[in-house]
Formats: sequence, C-alpha cells, structure tokens
Amino acid sequence: MSIENKEFRPKIVAFCCNWCSYAGADLAGSSRLAYPADVKIIRVPCSCRVNPMFILRAFQKGADGVIICGCHPGDCHYSTGNYYARRRMTLLFSMLDYIGIENGRTRVEWVSAAEGVKFSTTMNEFVEKIHSLGENVRLEDLRCKN
Amino acid sequence: MLKIEKQKLSALFSKIAEDKDLYLPVKEAGQVNFAAWTEEAEVALDTLKTVKSPKDAFFPQSENLYTCRGTNKNIQIKPEELCDKAFVVFGMKMCDVKGIEVLDKVFLADPVDTFYKARREHGIIVAMACNEPEETCFCKVFGTDAAEPVADVATWMVGDFLYWQAKTEKGEALTKELESLLTTSDANEDAAVEAKKAEIRTIIDKLPYSNLSLEGWNGDVLMEKFDSPIWEELYKPCLACGTCTFVCPTCQCYDIKDYDTGHGVQRFRCWDSCMYSDFTMMAHGNNRTSQMQRFRQRFMHKLVYFPANNDGMYSCVGCGRCVEKCPAALNIVKVIKAFQE
Amino acid sequence: MQELINRAKELLANGTVARVLGWKKGDLSYNCEPAFFETAEDMENFVYDGFCGANLSKYMIEASKLEGKTLVCLKPCDSYSFVQLMKEHRVDREKAYIIGVACRGKLDIEKIKAQGIKGIESVEGAAWEDANDVLTVKTFYGDKTCNWSDAMLERCHVCKGKEHVIFDEQIGESRETKDADRFDRVAEIEAMSPEEKFAFFRSELSKCIRCNACRNVCPACSCRKCVFDSTKFDSAQKANTDSFEEKMFHIIRAFHVAGRCTDCGECSRVCPQGIPLHLFNRKFIKDINEFYGEYQAGADIDEKAPLTNFTFDDVEPGIVAERG
Repeated sequence: MSIENKEFRPKIVAFCCNWCSYAGADLAGSSRLAYPADVKIIRVPCSCRVNPMFILRAFQKGADGVIICGCHPGDCHYSTGNYYARRRMTLLFSMLDYIGIENGRTRVEWVSAAEGVKFSTTMNEFVEKIHSLGENVRLEDLRCKN
Repeated sequence: MLKIEKQKLSALFSKIAEDKDLYLPVKEAGQVNFAAWTEEAEVALDTLKTVKSPKDAFFPQSENLYTCRGTNKNIQIKPEELCDKAFVVFGMKMCDVKGIEVLDKVFLADPVDTFYKARREHGIIVAMACNEPEETCFCKVFGTDAAEPVADVATWMVGDFLYWQAKTEKGEALTKELESLLTTSDANEDAAVEAKKAEIRTIIDKLPYSNLSLEGWNGDVLMEKFDSPIWEELYKPCLACGTCTFVCPTCQCYDIKDYDTGHGVQRFRCWDSCMYSDFTMMAHGNNRTSQMQRFRQRFMHKLVYFPANNDGMYSCVGCGRCVEKCPAALNIVKVIKAFQE
Repeated sequence: MQELINRAKELLANGTVARVLGWKKGDLSYNCEPAFFETAEDMENFVYDGFCGANLSKYMIEASKLEGKTLVCLKPCDSYSFVQLMKEHRVDREKAYIIGVACRGKLDIEKIKAQGIKGIESVEGAAWEDANDVLTVKTFYGDKTCNWSDAMLERCHVCKGKEHVIFDEQIGESRETKDADRFDRVAEIEAMSPEEKFAFFRSELSKCIRCNACRNVCPACSCRKCVFDSTKFDSAQKANTDSFEEKMFHIIRAFHVAGRCTDCGECSRVCPQGIPLHLFNRKFIKDINEFYGEYQAGADIDEKAPLTNFTFDDVEPGIVAERG
C-alpha cells in the first residue's frame, strides 16, 4: 500500500561544466538558495564533454530528466566547446522528440559561476517540469527497474 | 486425418492459448517473424520463411541466467526459473524443425543445457508442409522432405482447410484437447493432401539449388578444406555483420555477459556471431584475428567440424535464409559451389 | 555494359590498375556480390545490372592498403561516399581509378517479392543492355511482370542526381529516377503526436536483431573499433536484451554519422528486417539543413562538416520544445 501512495520523486541528472555551472551550483549553495535534492550533479570538464550516449545512459539507468549546464556562449574556458555542444544537443533533442520522447525531459541551460540564482531557479523549474511529465517510461530499461 | 476450416483457425489459436503460450508467424511492421499470439496479432501462416528462424522459442536471442542483488558482502543470487509451462510453436517448416534437431545435438548432449532442455520438454511443434517452396530453398540437399512434416503434429494447408495429423504422444495429447474444433477428413480430401504433397515435391525438384552436391564435405577433409586458398577470395565481400548467424536456424553459439542494473547484476546469455571481432575473445586476445578466419570458421563449422562430431549431420538445413538476407549476397551455397569448381 | 568491361580489361592490361572492384555474377539472377577482379579471365564474371545496388566505396578502405591502383566502379550516389571517405582520410585518392558508372535506378529483390512474386527463376529486363521499364519475372509458379520503378530501392526514388562528384572517367547514360522528396516521410512523422511517433518507432525497432549490418555496410561508419564493440562500456553490441538497447543503438548509430552521412541508403537496403533506417539519418540531415543551412555530405571535400563547425548565433537546443 505504502508503495502505491509514495510520492513521485524524480531523479534528475545535471551535467555541469567545471568552470561555470558547477561553480554556479556552489554559489547557489553558499548563498543558501534552495534547489531540490532530486538533482544529482555530475561535473564535466566542459559541456562539450557530454556525449549523447551519457544522456541516453542516464535515462536507461533510471533518470527522469537530464539537464546540461555550460558556460554562456562566448565564455567557454576552452573558447569554443559550448558552441559544439549547442549543435550536438540541438540535434539530439530533436531526434528524441522525433522518436516520441517528451521534449521537456532534456534541457540545456547556460549558467555562469556568478549566477547562483539562475542555477537555483533553473533547477527548480526543471524539477517542476519533470514532476508534471511524471516518470520516464519511454526511455526506460526494464532491467534497471526495482 | 483431421481437418479444420481456415476461417476457424483463430478459434483454434485462442483454444490453444487458453492454457499454453502459442508462437506462430506474425506480421509486425511489414515483416513476418515467430511471435506470441494475441487476438490482435496479424497471423501470416502463408509466409514460407520468417525472417528469423523460430529457434528463438527454444533458444531465445537473449535470456537471463541469474540475477545478483545486494551490497558489499550481503549478496543474493537468484537463478532464473526454468520454463515450466507448455507452449506450442505453430507452423514451423521442416527445415526449421531439422534446425531444432541440430540444436538438440549441441544442447542436449552432456553437459545438458537445462534452460534449453526445459523448453524442449514443454514445447509442442506443429509443423506445416511448405506450399510454395522458393528458389532459395535447398532442404532436399540435406534429405528433408518439405511435403511430409515430421514433428509432434503435421499439418497441410490445402484449399480452404488445414489438415492435421498427430505424430507423437505430445501431438496426440494436443489433438485431444482440440477435439471439439477438429473434424475427420474423408478419402477424397486425403487424396487431395497426397496430391498437394506430390505437387510440392515436383516444385522442389525444379528448384535451382535442389541438386547441389555435398560431395567432398565431411570430417575427413578437414585440413584440405582449412588450408584451401579459396577462402582468401571468398570472404572478401563479407561485411562482418551477424545477419547470416542471427537468421540461421542452426547457429547455436552464444556469449555470456553481465549487465549492471545499478542495484545488482544480471547475468545473461545472448546469441553470438562468429562474424564478430569479439567472438570467443579470451584474456589472451582473440584466436581468430582476420575476417577471413572468421568467415572460414562459420562454414567449416557447418560443413566439416559439426558432421565430424555428430555422425555426419551437417549443421545446415537448407532453409536459404542466408541466401536471401546476406547484405553482400554471400551464402553457404556459394561457398559449397566454389569448392566444386 | 560491354564498354565498361572492355575499358577495365584495357586498364588491367596496360598496368594502370592492379585490380578491378566491381560486381560478380551471382548464382541467382539477382544476387551479384561485390568482388575484386585481377585478370581479364576473372572479368568474364563481371556484371553491372539493376541488382548492383551495393555501394563499393567502403571496400576502398581496404583496397587503399593494397599495392597498386584499384579501379573502382562508383554509381553517382556512391561517389559522394567516396569523397566523404577521402575527406576523413580513410581512402587514398592516389590508389583509386574511379570509373563513374551510369545508373538507371537499382532494384530491390525484397520489393519484387513483396508484390507476391515467389519462387523466382529469373528476372529479365534488369540487365544494362536490355534495361526495361517492365521486368519480366519467371517463377516456378508462372510468369509475372513488375514495373522497374515499383521494384526500385527507396533511395532511388529520392535520387540525389545522376552526376558523379568524383571520377576519372564516366561510362554510360543514366536515367532520371527521382519521383519523390526525401524528406516527405520525415515530415509526416514529425507531424505525428508523440504517442504515434513512439508507437511507430517502437514497432519498427522491435524487429531489430542487432546484426549490425546497417553499421557495417555504412561508408560513414569506418571506425576501426566501434563504440558498440567496446568491452569497456556495457553497450552490448549483439544482445537483443531490452527495447531500450535498440533505441540507443539506432539513435547513436545515426548520431555518429550525422553531418557525414551522404544518405546513400545502404543501411535500409541491407536491413534483414526491413527497418527504414534512413528515417533516422534523414531526420538529422533535415535538421542540419534547417538549422545550419543546406549541407550535402560528400559533395565538397573542403567544406566544414556541420558538427565540427558553429556560428555565434546558432539556434539554442530549446528550439525543439518551442517548435512543438
């Protein structure tokens, strides 16, 4: 009984660039800005490091939403990494939409090290969105359930 | 002989499905494969060859062996349960039935494969004669008579009826359960079935591969065939995909892998293909390092190694799926012919 | 195609090329295979007819490692793949002597069989010399006819054009076969509801047997070691284990060739289960064209590929959701 009544707690994976968004998350923390504990941060050296397979793997292993945070275009620590990431993610998200995956489950947001507030509001919004979409069913791997 | 009207087949299927799983040729997204029967399934019994062979029913492409759960030193191991429910494979053609005989040689010999054995014990094969053999068929070469099914139940589709004949105890038992739906055929109808058989055999005799000779292929020629320079030429178009192995009714190689579920490990086995670069990969590396060697392995296994170990039984049944499906138009017939030239 | 055979023999005889890469007659009227020919006698088995659909450019990766030049017969669409492979330094232009062979659209035996034609003894009208708009198919169950265009590979209906983008010489006259737009089907799917899209792809991908034919035939998939062959990730190259794995395989396969796929259609041609794999590749091509400007992989050796390029004002990934 208790299982059925259990509130849906989404699992969210956030890939955060080491040079900006990860520091942004830090700032959010030290500024006492709240964001849901459902968000699990994975630090990456650059948003460009995020391989499409990372995103699919996250869904396979039980994530309900995946968000990628990187430096604002023009501010990449490696000059151009986020520009490539932007193209890749645009195409990947479009493909996911094409095969019938709800398009709110994936998101890219540019968050700088100074934007603790943006980090917190983005995460709150995203968690809210995933809450409304519910559990990830279309990209799940049954073996990873339970 | 017994019979049932074609129109009533769905009643027959739902009757079988009452207490058994039923696998039969089903059309899904334009292709026909053996699949579990449901009310909505588009049954395609007229299909001569399903894309994949029905060996899945006994030896699935992937199956779990056991599941481990737990953390640190507290680990539970749960073996997968063996098949314990009767199931029917309906509409298997004779080449595929022979394919199961080949699998039996591998999996029922010591050490017995318990998963396979359980499925064999619970599986009932309803075989069907091939109404319209095609140019890619060469079952006759291996002594198979596509007109005379040998299985638990033999069936023939003639006119508006499916004719039914139980051949084994399992088949008799199934027939008894379906009694209410089957009626007895008269002498005229039996004659029509005989005429159909003759018709099928006439077509088979005309097929281009029916007179293929297997002369020179047996265990004694191992080194001669192995060292032949012909392989070096033959393999070249091969793309190293696994199509031939995965559509084949007799390919039985599998790999055992672990899958990390995040909260445990599933150990499963899945079909493997000798065409793949990691086939029989071991700690020291791979014992076949070139595509020529992998290609040679497949045909040497089917035509030389297997007969040498199994009283001359070839592990090809002449279904012709590789002839139809190879992306590079290579196949076992071309290999056999190349050595005769 | 006597002209082609004669020319190839001539080039073999005068030592310009060491071998010819073409198609060899099969033992049925439709199963010719890609093959290397080294002598004039070998060339007796050479064939170029309606069933020579195989794209030979990928075989040039291996042929580039051999001594001497290889004469390779490339159809117009195959020549795009060759340029793409040159761009990626996977084939050596110096090792190839390219004869651009004309094309009148290639046939798909599966399409002939799908019309209920069974037990095929021979197909007449598919040869180059007597190429006919109507094929006569002799079967063990009587003679049948079938229109060339109804038996054509999907890719020929949306042909990129009959011009070779690279060649040393050209032989033969092509015939226009384009009668549809290549993005029509993609647009149709895009217009479906998420539920319909999901159901459509689930039904198609459930047929996948993980044989990897689509990957292995693909001229753009030329990695020495594929991520799906790696034992370091559990990408299970051959295990048909869960519906997720098939989705992942096909999305990643198409993604890895995005911006490099010339849309040669080989993946769909070889799929034993008839999965329309080109729908994945074309979706990426369509998006690339819409977001980053028209791009045809393999058309221009110097042009930067869309995924190794960017502009400052590219669209944001959020466009996917905004577009609805």
